Amino acid sequence: MCLAVPGCVVQWIDHDEVMATAEIDFGGVRKRCHMACTPDANVGDYVLVHAGVSLVVIDREAAEKLLATLATLEDAH
Amino acid sequence: MQYLDEYRNSDLLKTQLANLRSLITRRWVVMDVCGGQTHSFLRSGLEAALDDVVELVHGPGCPVCVTPAQVIDDAIDLAQRNTVIATFGDMLRVPGSTTSLLQARAAGGDIRTVYSPIDAVLLAQKNPGLQVVFIAVGFETTMPSTALAVAQARQLGLTNFSLLAHHVRVEPAMRTIMMMPANRIEGFLAAGHVCAVTGYQRLSQFAEQFRVPIVVTGFEPLDLLIGLTECITSLEQNRTEVRNLYPRAVHPEGNSHAIKWIDEVYQIATVPWRGMGEIPDGGFVIRSEWRQFDARHRYKLDLFGNDDDAECRSGDIMSGRLKPHDCPLFGNRCVPDHPIGAPMVSSEGCCAAYYRYTAERKMHQ
Repeated sequence: MCLAVPGCVVQWIDHDEVMATAEIDFGGVRKRCHMACTPDANVGDYVLVHAGVSLVVIDREAAEKLLATLATLEDAH
Repeated sequence: MQYLDEYRNSDLLKTQLANLRSLITRRWVVMDVCGGQTHSFLRSGLEAALDDVVELVHGPGCPVCVTPAQVIDDAIDLAQRNTVIATFGDMLRVPGSTTSLLQARAAGGDIRTVYSPIDAVLLAQKNPGLQVVFIAVGFETTMPSTALAVAQARQLGLTNFSLLAHHVRVEPAMRTIMMMPANRIEGFLAAGHVCAVTGYQRLSQFAEQFRVPIVVTGFEPLDLLIGLTECITSLEQNRTEVRNLYPRAVHPEGNSHAIKWIDEVYQIATVPWRGMGEIPDGGFVIRSEWRQFDARHRYKLDLFGNDDDAECRSGDIMSGRLKPHDCPLFGNRCVPDHPIGAPMVSSEGCCAAYYRYTAERKMHQ
């Protein structure tokens, strides 16, 4: 149930505070998701979606930084 | 970057695994709280790969598993009173006191699975002649979706939609487990998506009180491995802090919008957890301002009854005191097709994970 899937914001449909919706692309499959928890997400951002609701905008910089750190560990081996 | 494959890269995993092994000087006991993490550990083979160096115990982070049987009984009762029951698919096979939602559906109850609670709102909107009740279970990860569901129902002016809610909080359950006699847990992997919503600042007090390191951890194999590595590093260095190894999704203060929606609809309450009894401040109830969307109020249901799962050892399993394959019923009288309790049937249930992904079940057949 805590499964949340990453998807890319393709298009905003409604910016209403409660009914906010956007089209999200999950590796080729597109679904309308509810955006009231991530009203500031931009087209092109990745979000984590759980039970039809976008919960957070994925922090691209944080992800790249962490993967870079792990890669240096790999190089060291 | 798609945020999936990168965290399943086998070369990176092998390097990290070697790194972790090089750090360990004794076999620590670490609990992963979330059922989603449990399944990921088992499905990826990480638990088996680490079994000789780390003892992983699995916690009660399976909301379906801890939903009282009475909630299922109430839903079945409502279905027999001409109400449409909408639910997450995961709840269907869970045994209530006498029967399950699946069996009630086979007997003619209008019970439908939905992916999102908001789909249930749309169902109510399109069918004004139907009374729709959504069974709202889950931790704080799921609560924004159920809170939004009632907010949307109100905005749409619906009078035929309500929630049968049993939402729960992880931290009080962790507290209960740490205070059990003979508790052996030395470190925690905190549930990454709960923390994405709520933040993790409040966990510092827990870490300090119980002198345990807590690492906010994600769900992909690499996330689990680096979370576990950080936890073990802390243990080896005698540090008891909260660290965040899921920074792409989790900020210390969480998501203020999601927190606002949860706080709008719900308030903290003491609720029973199936298999574990009442957990103080362990859950939520719907606020009185939203009572028209509270099925307990609308249909005059009792707040919470007492559970009596005589045979199921879920309480011991969810607190890490018993491994699933050590339960005498595991793999013979209790299997996913005919479960004695919830953990054998939920997609986040510990017993279901062990049954599906380990060879232990063959021992009992």
